[in-house]
Amino acid sequence: MKRLTPYLLALPSWMWLAIFLVVPMVAMASVSLQTGNAIDGFAMTFSFSNYGDAIGRYSTQLLRSLLYGGLATVAMLVIGYPVAYWIAFKGGRRKAMYLFLLLLPFFVSFVLRTISWNFLLSDNGILLGTLKGWGLLPAEFHVLATTFAVVGGLTYNFLPFMILPIYVSLERVDPRVVEAAQDLYATRAAAFRRVVLPLSLPGVFAGVLMTFVPATADPINAAILGGTSNTMIGNIIQTEYLTNLDYPTASALSFTLMAVLLVGIFIYARALGTENVLEAAAR
Amino acid sequence: MNPLMRGMTQPRTRRDVFRLAGYSAAGLAVAACGVQGQKAAPPKADAVADYWAKQKKNGKVVFANWPEYMPEDKGPLEKFKQDTGIAYEYKEVIQENAEFFGKADPVLRAGQSLGYDIVVMTNGIQLQHMIELGYVVPLDHAKLPNFQANAGQKYKERSYDPGNKYTVPYTSGVTGIAYNTEFVKDKITSIESLFDPKYKGRVGMMSDAQEIGNFGMIALGIDPEKSSEADWRKAGEKLKAQRDAGIVRKYYDQSYIDAVAKGDVWLTMAWSGDVFQRQLAGEPVEFVVPAEGGTIWTDNMLIPKNAANPVDALMLMDYLYQPAVAAELDEFIQYVTPVAAVRDLLREKAESAKGEDKKALEDMIDSPLMFPTEADYAKLRTYTTLTTQQEQVFNQIFQTITQA
Repeated sequence: MKRLTPYLLALPSWMWLAIFLVVPMVAMASVSLQTGNAIDGFAMTFSFSNYGDAIGRYSTQLLRSLLYGGLATVAMLVIGYPVAYWIAFKGGRRKAMYLFLLLLPFFVSFVLRTISWNFLLSDNGILLGTLKGWGLLPAEFHVLATTFAVVGGLTYNFLPFMILPIYVSLERVDPRVVEAAQDLYATRAAAFRRVVLPLSLPGVFAGVLMTFVPATADPINAAILGGTSNTMIGNIIQTEYLTNLDYPTASALSFTLMAVLLVGIFIYARALGTENVLEAAAR
Repeated sequence: MNPLMRGMTQPRTRRDVFRLAGYSAAGLAVAACGVQGQKAAPPKADAVADYWAKQKKNGKVVFANWPEYMPEDKGPLEKFKQDTGIAYEYKEVIQENAEFFGKADPVLRAGQSLGYDIVVMTNGIQLQHMIELGYVVPLDHAKLPNFQANAGQKYKERSYDPGNKYTVPYTSGVTGIAYNTEFVKDKITSIESLFDPKYKGRVGMMSDAQEIGNFGMIALGIDPEKSSEADWRKAGEKLKAQRDAGIVRKYYDQSYIDAVAKGDVWLTMAWSGDVFQRQLAGEPVEFVVPAEGGTIWTDNMLIPKNAANPVDALMLMDYLYQPAVAAELDEFIQYVTPVAAVRDLLREKAESAKGEDKKALEDMIDSPLMFPTEADYAKLRTYTTLTTQQEQVFNQIFQTITQA
């Protein structure tokens, strides 16, 4: 009995995974190979061409999503790393408060926050309207309904998920290690490049994973902040599922997106050296 | 023919229907991962009578409706509660037909209840699906005396639900053009303004395939109700050219009204009542039915399958057809009411009102968009009725434009 205890304790998590991950995935895989329509029903025909058709029709949106997700991730890294660094090394006694401030916007729903950007950035709104009133911007200048707005929205919405893991890994860097590097005649830049940065890579790895995947699949920012050619793959899946009731196409696209992301992550993990990263993360 | 096959193909008696249900359940278990079709044959008259004979008044009703479709004090519903003793729950949960249907379909397919006794849906593809799939309880007209007495003739003869078998209208509205008078100085009269390069980047179009498709066709002089696939493709080309020229800023859902009120877009496709409500709030928006025509649609009340309180639902539906109740409702929502007597009631009220109230009421009475004349109706087109196959073609033509 004793030997079984750990397994029994783990049972709820296994059940959870089986019921809420494996079963839906199998069902979705099955639906993605069916043909038919919602009125007459769908039948399993092992129609692998569903994938070819869906990818053929929506390759633009798929590539665009990867591009937007990638751009947003880079932007988050560029903005997020210095923030995490500053809180970890210069935050002092107020670290907890800074982290709390970072998470504060999360007390408001994701959609509402995005809609409030729509309000703030409105062509004649409090920001652009004022600048236009001062003659600092041409009258036809606008931010909404552009690629910049969508990527900006993604960057804003997922930024804390980039900062927090990087912060955690930087927080664990012992300041004495940096001092030692400097004692050994490393310049500040060299100490950062050869000591701090490598030690923070597990955080960067986790941050990129936690932001790139949801940013690429997100339909909300494109729908609220985008214009006529900013549609992302998440919007397409939503329309295929809810409006067109084309469950096979929606499932095929979801699987394709998942596969593309998994392959991307795999390559990325190899490039960054997963073993080192996982080892360091496990410390 | 073996009994199984006969049962599947010709359900004759109620027992056969039950047996068929059993077989379907077995089939469902076998095809575990499949999604079953549910196309339902129209119910027999005695089955409908049977159903209603078994239902009782429960003293409770749950009404699912669109936002801004009921006065804030819920006046009509409160009166209903006083007069009948039936408690109500009012939920503004429907924002879009497609989305609502997408969410309701799996629930109803699984034979469960939505938790609503009345649902409001626009005539169009999704309502058609609801009826085809047997998701709507056929109405008992013996319990709808006010509807019989007070509904306008037009609202009793609607092509999408002949004889009001499944639905009664809640209200009608018009899709036309709204423009912001701060930015657009000309008087907009034509649908061509939506395609005018002068307004480059300042035009809003709707993302709904039917709405935008209709406007593309009307711009080409095609009546959507009589259109063919070739017409849809021509309309698609016109709309694509409009997008490629950078004239369209965005394809909107309900949020178009904020965009035009703030001036992000200067002119846009719009629903009549939304614009009037904004005008009352003092925002600089105008509404116009283009000279070439606009579309008229109807939002309909229906009782979804497995509703818990169908008798109470039917009573509420009928209650809303009392002229005084309908007048109170329409004064707030400002769409086209199906109850003809409302106009006279509002006129009486205007006579005794004073100042701004009087003016507002008089504007309503004269508004062609709340009380269209025959000439107005002649300009208004209806949605086309599509088969499932046609719908797939139709949606794809217009979605490649709105979701590029």
